[in-house]
Amino acid sequence: MTRLSSRRRSGLRWRPWSKTALGLVFTAAMLFPAYWMLNVSLTETADLRASPPHWYPKEPTLDGYAAVLGDQLPNLAASLLIGLGCVALTLAVAAPAGYALARLRTPGAGVIGFLLLVAQMIPGVVMAMGLYAAYVRLGWLNTVWGLVVADSTIAVPFGVMLFTAFMSTLPEEVLQAAKVDGAGVGRTFVSIVLPVSRNAVITVSLFAFLWAWSDFIFASTLARNGDLVPITLGIYDYIGNNTTQWNAIMATAVVASVPAGVLLVAAQRYVAGGVTAGAVK
Amino acid sequence: MAPPTQRSSERRAEPASSRSAPRPPSRPGRTRAGAGRGSPGPRRWAAAAFAAPLIVYLAAFYAYPLYRNIDLSLHDYTPRAFIQGDPEFVGTAILREVLTSDAFLPAVANTAVFTLVSIAVQYGAGLALAVFFRGSFPLSPVLRALFLTPWLLPMIVSASTWAWMLNSENGIVNAVLGAFGLGPVDWLTSPGWALVSVVVANIWLGIPFNLVILYSGLQNIPGELYEAAQLDGAGPWQRFVHITLPQLRPVSAVTLLLGLVYTLKVVDVIWIMTRGGPGDSSTTLAIWSYRAAFGTGRPDLSEAAAVGDLLILMALAAGLVYVYLRRREARP
Repeated sequence: MTRLSSRRRSGLRWRPWSKTALGLVFTAAMLFPAYWMLNVSLTETADLRASPPHWYPKEPTLDGYAAVLGDQLPNLAASLLIGLGCVALTLAVAAPAGYALARLRTPGAGVIGFLLLVAQMIPGVVMAMGLYAAYVRLGWLNTVWGLVVADSTIAVPFGVMLFTAFMSTLPEEVLQAAKVDGAGVGRTFVSIVLPVSRNAVITVSLFAFLWAWSDFIFASTLARNGDLVPITLGIYDYIGNNTTQWNAIMATAVVASVPAGVLLVAAQRYVAGGVTAGAVK
Repeated sequence: MAPPTQRSSERRAEPASSRSAPRPPSRPGRTRAGAGRGSPGPRRWAAAAFAAPLIVYLAAFYAYPLYRNIDLSLHDYTPRAFIQGDPEFVGTAILREVLTSDAFLPAVANTAVFTLVSIAVQYGAGLALAVFFRGSFPLSPVLRALFLTPWLLPMIVSASTWAWMLNSENGIVNAVLGAFGLGPVDWLTSPGWALVSVVVANIWLGIPFNLVILYSGLQNIPGELYEAAQLDGAGPWQRFVHITLPQLRPVSAVTLLLGLVYTLKVVDVIWIMTRGGPGDSSTTLAIWSYRAAFGTGRPDLSEAAAVGDLLILMALAAGLVYVYLRRREARP
């Protein structure tokens, strides 16, 4: 009896940490590809063909990263520009729409909601083809603006749904108080609703940026002439051109993962919230 | 997401009708003038003005591209006709050509295998991990956050990393297999393994999504159910089968359905790893469409758009099922 209870007590203390150990094993397995990317990015070109491959960079080199600095800086700038443009466009469309759907009893709100849902399910290839046909006429191929618009189609439906969900939980008194002070709908929105919806603004911005930054389909179809090369295409061209330089490819991949890393470290709660909000993406 | 403010979560508990009920005036005298209840006109204009950008946006950047896709599939767009804008109208001829082509059934089979195996394993692994992370233990939140990594990385990053890991001569996977006297396997370049390889990479990509959604679903199962079952002497497995699974059913349905939709339209992973090859051995419908339009020197936009039509139909069907599931879930 005593033995049992004492074992149980020590078991209680030990069990959480055994789960932690198991969790560490799972996480390590899951993150192995990311580790491998880092490992290869630091490997010397001569060692890339080593058999068996080195499990860690024995003589770490930054050659791969030097290649990134040499070749990919303009592409990183292009991606940054496209990402920021996409954030601006997404917020400009989605935030007022979210307010209208959540608070202003917009006629046809149900239909709009359904359209947004279906919009998210349309395959990227189909969108790319339709936009390609349209852009040929408009002369928007290979332009920053063209990619900003295309990438925003990934984020706008998500943004509207998130803003709608968020703004319908805002306390009525806050809006009422503004009205009492004589503020119109427009001023209420700008000076009250937007500031109170800071969390939603951040979440939508983060995802709009990340999706634009990560986009491959639109970049590879709407910017194929090589004047405008976002970082994803930079990696793709690398793979196509110099298959021996995998350290440079992986170094570019590491650099391209920086926004994801920043999100993971600095904005983790927004990320998990974004995934669950309406179960999108 | 964290609830916006404490007050708002209290607010939510109140019946919705209280919103439109007159509030106790905080500043008597000015309320009536500011309430504006009697004039729905300006309000309606405001709603329209706020929703207008979205309506225009949806029309220009969703409806029009969709229309163009269908239009492309109903005309014979040779590259020349595409530039000159004078294609011949051929009705459903191209669609019929696609449906009866030798490539059609293999592409459907590849799509089915890719999609069903991916979502089945993603769901299974996601559920197992969600249950695992449910009991709180030290470092659990940190590890759970790290699990999101595959989902946050740009697709091209993950896909090219997997491609290098699975490389026949220099890949780590064959090196490990070789240590056990197995292989080497031509993961990406043999017809028998290419589809397996892209499925494996895609499963890895999809686990975080399943984990996050199912984990949040688990949070909503009342703890008393488990306590009651434990008092009745139910073991962990019985609790899982008789409480977790049935309680999680609505969430599971949505997760699987969204998984289906997102997997059907995958292009990046497959294209970057195998380009649908060797031959057509890892060509799904989405890859077929992408390759026909953008993957070769001689674009065939009409064929690509016809395959795209099929993808649109599937997306629409999935959308309707999704709405149906949501409705059923909302009803008690």
